[in-house]
Amino acid sequence: MANSGYERYSTKTMELFVNNFSEYDYVVAPSGSCVYHIRKHYDILKQTPEVQKIREKTLDICEFLVNHATTDALKSSFPYKVGLHQSCHGQRGLRFAKSSEVVGEPFSIVSQLLEKVEGIELIDLQRADECCGFGGTFAVAEEAVSVKMGKDRIQDHILNGAQVITGTDMSCLMHMEGIIRRRKLPLRIMHISEILNHTEQHEPSV
Amino acid sequence: MSHPSEAKKFVKNENRVNWHDQSLWHVREKRDKAVNLFPEWEQLREKASQIKSHSLSNLDYYLEEFEKNATANGIKVHWASDAIEHNEIVFNIFREHGVRRIVKSKSMLTEECHLNPFLEKHGVEVIDSDLGERIVQLAKETPSHIVMPAIHKKKIEIDELFQKHLHTRPSNGDENYLTAAAREHLRQKFMKADAALTGVNFGIAETGEFVVCTNEGNADMGVHLTPLHIASMGIEKIIPRYEDLGVFIRLLARSATGQHVTTYTSQFRKPREGAELHIILVDNGRTVQLGREKYRRSLHCIRCGACMNTCPVYRRSGGHSYQSVVPGPIGSILSPGIDMKKHASLPFASSLCGSCSDVCPVKIDIHKQLYSWRQDITREANEEPAKKFSMRFAGWLFTHPNLYKKAGKFGRKALKILPRWMIYNSLNAWGKQREIPEPPKQSFQEWYQQNRQKNG
Ligand code: SF4
Repeated sequence: MANSGYERYSTKTMELFVNNFSEYDYVVAPSGSCVYHIRKHYDILKQTPEVQKIREKTLDICEFLVNHATTDALKSSFPYKVGLHQSCHGQRGLRFAKSSEVVGEPFSIVSQLLEKVEGIELIDLQRADECCGFGGTFAVAEEAVSVKMGKDRIQDHILNGAQVITGTDMSCLMHMEGIIRRRKLPLRIMHISEILNHTEQHEPSV
Repeated sequence: MSHPSEAKKFVKNENRVNWHDQSLWHVREKRDKAVNLFPEWEQLREKASQIKSHSLSNLDYYLEEFEKNATANGIKVHWASDAIEHNEIVFNIFREHGVRRIVKSKSMLTEECHLNPFLEKHGVEVIDSDLGERIVQLAKETPSHIVMPAIHKKKIEIDELFQKHLHTRPSNGDENYLTAAAREHLRQKFMKADAALTGVNFGIAETGEFVVCTNEGNADMGVHLTPLHIASMGIEKIIPRYEDLGVFIRLLARSATGQHVTTYTSQFRKPREGAELHIILVDNGRTVQLGREKYRRSLHCIRCGACMNTCPVYRRSGGHSYQSVVPGPIGSILSPGIDMKKHASLPFASSLCGSCSDVCPVKIDIHKQLYSWRQDITREANEEPAKKFSMRFAGWLFTHPNLYKKAGKFGRKALKILPRWMIYNSLNAWGKQREIPEPPKQSFQEWYQQNRQKNG
């Protein structure tokens, strides 16, 4: 709602979220864009201690794992070629990784996690952090451009040999998966938590 | 006309879109190479942003200082509150001097003021002398990019255009041949011109001089060959001190094209002997924008075009889809400020990926301002009632958890049993070229209750 210009209709939803979750130490979400929204756009609420706490303690799952958990115990293995989709809201909005526009030392908490997975082969992309074209209601309002962006993003992964595209943001993944399934393209989409949760005991899902 | 419908037309020709996207991405890559050779890049951006904030909050002071010093240098200073005034000032000067033919270089501002048609109506021949500008002028189009105005044209199209207007022979888009032909043609125009018009990249308050950055040298050519030079400058182009210039010169060319500096950085301080030098300081909506606190920083813009090159939407929809003088991300902030109704769709022509803000050499928070515009536009402009309703409805549904759960359950069921045509039809923009996610058997909440709570 807010990204489509109706922030004002969403305050009640925001308040409900605060009420539902304020008693927890952390709120962990599988989506950088949701976390971004809570952290950056809850500024329109009255900044009560609960609101401030929620804004601070709502974390993306990767942030949570890297900063607040012992990730050495993950013991995951995933022997496939994986392309990482760095979602914009996580990457540039929450600074999970250095964006390619900015000058400085490269880092990425997301690749840092993936590199701990046994057997995984992270592929390089021609355009490391280009947007996939989801963008909330942008995907519908600008359908034509959105789909073209998605197709191009997927193509970059295919050309570089990915078997699986992963990422931190459910919404980008849903968008790309929609295109992949419609076009019957030869690769799969998995959320990063599915890969981190993957062990050899699991049925291979690729 | 809105951005989505124009963009859709452009996207239809997929080969062309790919070519357009590649050409601009190539420039973005050159920019990346150049800035990465520069370890203090981020500090420089910060510095530039601070200088701009400082000058904008003391704009009246610096403009008057500029006027005083420029006048002392022998430059004639004029003030124009809007486009009409600007055009009249230009024409009056021309009338006094009996000017009939002019050459123009490097000015998006005159484009903004629609000066060309105005002058032509009054019988003045206007020749845009920068190659890209000349190409779009011959094609009777507007620039599609602020630094590379003809980036949307393929060489072969330029070839055809030149055959028609400059009577060249077909050359299959031979770059050297076409450039030579353009040069020959422009030389003749330069020789016959009575006056030269240029834009301004930076006006320096401390010294009362102004700076024009070009790659082809046509601004200088026109200025040196004619006895009359009029420069048009947006009032936000002012910088306080001479030493600030170095900061911006280093940022501008690298961000624009990946060059270290533009080929010609010409500083104009006083008129040549026997010649006249005028400068017009143009407001045309800038002070209004300055008064809007949320959008004030958009006036930092030094028109490098980097936000266009990096914007994934611009690259795939082409500059003309924005239907505004300045296209791309920064244009989508500036244009609604001038006419909100006409440009209401522009702030939505972005996925808010934030690449524009990270690439901007003067650190304009472009994507945040686009987000703000969205809130303002839905409130102030007349929006489609359907969208308004669905947003209100969503806001209501999300605050009624039980209903929301039921709706979810209903939705999951419906997706499974409805025939495909009821889900994928022209009302569903998502499903035109994408599948909707397979509905899970149950919601996360239901799964959690079954699997975890009883164990835990
Ligand atoms: S907004 Fe920034 S990146 Fe875009 S043209 Fe202006 S200065 Fe360049």
